[in-house]
Amino acid sequence: MSPTSPTGQASPANTTDIADIADIADITDITDEVPRLPVDPLLDDPGTRIVVCCGAGGVGKTTTAAALGLRAAERGRRVVVLTIDPARRLAQSMGLGELDNVPRPVPGTDPAAGGELFAMMLDMKRTFDEIVEAHADPARARAILDNPFYQSLSAGFAGTQEYMAMEKLGQLAARGEWDLIVVDTPPSRSALDFLDAPQRLGSFLDGRFIRVLTAPAKAGGRAGRKVMSLGMAGLQLFTGTLGKVLGTALLRDVQTFVAAMDTMFGGFRTRADATYRLLQAPGTAFLVVAAPERDALREAAYFVERLAADRMPLAGLVLNRVHASAAARLSAERALAAAEILDPAGPAAAGPAGDAGGAGGAPGAPGAKNLAPGGIVDHSRGQDRLRSARPSPEPHPPADAPPTPRTPQTAETTEDPRRPAQPEEAADRQDTDGLAAGLLRVHAERMRQVARESRMRARFTAVHPRVPMVEVAALPGDVHDLAGLRAIGERLASGAD
Amino acid sequence: MVSGKGGTGKTTVAAALALALAEEGRRTLLVEVEGRQGIAQLFETEPLPYEERRIAIGPGGGEVFALAIDAERALLDYLQMFYKLGGAGRALRRIGAIDFATTIAPGLRDVLLTGKACEAVRRRGQDGRWAYDAVIMDAPPTGRIARFLGVHHEVAGLARVGPVHHQAQAVMRVLKSAETAVHLVTLLEEMPVQETADGIAELRAAGLPVGVVAVNMVRPPVLAAPPRPEGDPAALAEALARAGLGGAAGLAGPLLAEGREYAARLALEAAQRAELAGLGLPVHELPLLAEGVDLAGLYRLARLLREQRW
Repeated sequence: MSPTSPTGQASPANTTDIADIADIADITDITDEVPRLPVDPLLDDPGTRIVVCCGAGGVGKTTTAAALGLRAAERGRRVVVLTIDPARRLAQSMGLGELDNVPRPVPGTDPAAGGELFAMMLDMKRTFDEIVEAHADPARARAILDNPFYQSLSAGFAGTQEYMAMEKLGQLAARGEWDLIVVDTPPSRSALDFLDAPQRLGSFLDGRFIRVLTAPAKAGGRAGRKVMSLGMAGLQLFTGTLGKVLGTALLRDVQTFVAAMDTMFGGFRTRADATYRLLQAPGTAFLVVAAPERDALREAAYFVERLAADRMPLAGLVLNRVHASAAARLSAERALAAAEILDPAGPAAAGPAGDAGGAGGAPGAPGAKNLAPGGIVDHSRGQDRLRSARPSPEPHPPADAPPTPRTPQTAETTEDPRRPAQPEEAADRQDTDGLAAGLLRVHAERMRQVARESRMRARFTAVHPRVPMVEVAALPGDVHDLAGLRAIGERLASGAD
Repeated sequence: MVSGKGGTGKTTVAAALALALAEEGRRTLLVEVEGRQGIAQLFETEPLPYEERRIAIGPGGGEVFALAIDAERALLDYLQMFYKLGGAGRALRRIGAIDFATTIAPGLRDVLLTGKACEAVRRRGQDGRWAYDAVIMDAPPTGRIARFLGVHHEVAGLARVGPVHHQAQAVMRVLKSAETAVHLVTLLEEMPVQETADGIAELRAAGLPVGVVAVNMVRPPVLAAPPRPEGDPAALAEALARAGLGGAAGLAGPLLAEGREYAARLALEAAQRAELAGLGLPVHELPLLAEGVDLAGLYRLARLLREQRW
């Protein structure tokens, strides 16, 4: 059914590699046909009960989830946001200072529309402990909680997070206290383990291994007979091997643990299955979050395909950190040509072939370290070495010096940039020209970035033209308060221009 | 060990480092543990099997081998190597024990991944020389790295005696030795920098050796000095018109706004640089490759790392 390897691992390499599809970027009108993801209608629809944000790491999943939750709450819904591992300041802004594994109201939410916002951060160990306490009698619960094997399992090694996220989602849904649950998926190695959790747990529980493990503890009971198909010799070899590999003390711990968990496992599985079905239900909306970068969009494409394979309801793609320009009619080339006229001695590295210097390998125009404001000067030694092949930049100008032409590439520049002393107005004019040239160069870089991003986007939409999309304009900095989340919410609802 | 927040490009940096260290006659092994086939994508090759194979010649003339560790295969290897299991390994797989061990059992997966990498570190060729001069692991993200590397410590506590205990202790000795370094990749953005600081604190608390901070995707400055955003739009429009741009009046406002955003970004980056400088570790910077990292870009990054004597 799902395209995973036996270990449940996603194998993105098998999917369509959108980056390999050449020249699709030229078909620019493709982007015009992409349906717009209607965020507000989605959040307002009482039929929407669960929104799951998924995608590669570092694309703004958590922030998107929080912004959606806040927006839905301030539009009148009773919302809980389940986050897995929020950045500290974002967590603080949502009142998630303490890790007590229960949803807390988010202070500062505007209640005017009658909605409410709760938020919680997943505490894996706590979630696990609660399951044990809820489903085992006190003596057995104690035996499990004290088991060293359990203690390291529940502390959150790879994999546990996904089960616990599913479990918590199921719990929140079952409580029926919220009419919308927004989930931020774990930053797991493939971000898909979230979907695999129930299935993997299921195949483990259906496997004979668990019965073999529990068999010795049950002293040859019914479960022991079931594994007879392996042959007695096989069983002995097996437990003997386990004993050798793990050490008999650890094997005993494992057996005690598995035996103690035995009665609970069925419940685990039932709930995991139920949560999986909940995710497939029409009330659920998956949002794939990405940034306009190759890797992030490659992951997004894989995710879209994987959700389809699992018949999970995909609402659309949120493309974060998209850049735009209000002066888009001025192309990078024309801007640079104009900058050249105004300030012929300006940084040549920003020339058309340089492509902002990035692909050229040098980390920027020489002389960059004279940038001055706010400590850009404090470069690592490595940066120095990195530039050592270049002529040294000229000495530091005073911090408040106007951006007069400087010639970092003195050795390579043929024309003499030195200008004779000018009368006052001429100096003013030269000042303004310098400013204009600078702004034009900044604009050129912006336009190149816009073009790059739109190429990346076109590659994605060519392969998945029917996936609704919303673009969220980049903010200058990180978001760490409700005002910032509101701003993101606005952008989610209106889309970038 | 190369770690970093998701999206910072740690696979790229790990690969560039493996290339950079592949000097004349030297061999490096680049290890992938997360099953993403990121190395194969970077080197533009077929997906890697569970097998060490040569994938590149370093700019220094040495060889780069790559290995995508598969936890299940690593477990069977391990059992075979130490216990000569033969057919019993298949029996284990049939009853789901291998699945259990590699996906459900806590940390066993991590044990196998780090264990396999340490095996490669300690391996010697027939001539008695080290099989690899350097082993570079594209490790799990910063949020998980201390736990990932500390798993053997935990295992040694769980299995108090026996071969697993000894194996775990041997691996911990390698990981904590001066021959190991955990490098952290970050961007000049607030969250990755914060996570880097947290990761360093965790690694230090666990007694694991921290290497350097690699700032990836550094955007090259466009200007020698940021434009002053408080410029007069009318004067600016005149200047634009002098340069022959039509509709200059309508351009001045948007250009000033872009200038302000640019200045704000520079200020933010400067603040992050200052933050990183306060961590007390060497900081290296790598430029943003505008069109994404292709093979040529990877070699370029490797050359930059060599020039920086990382």
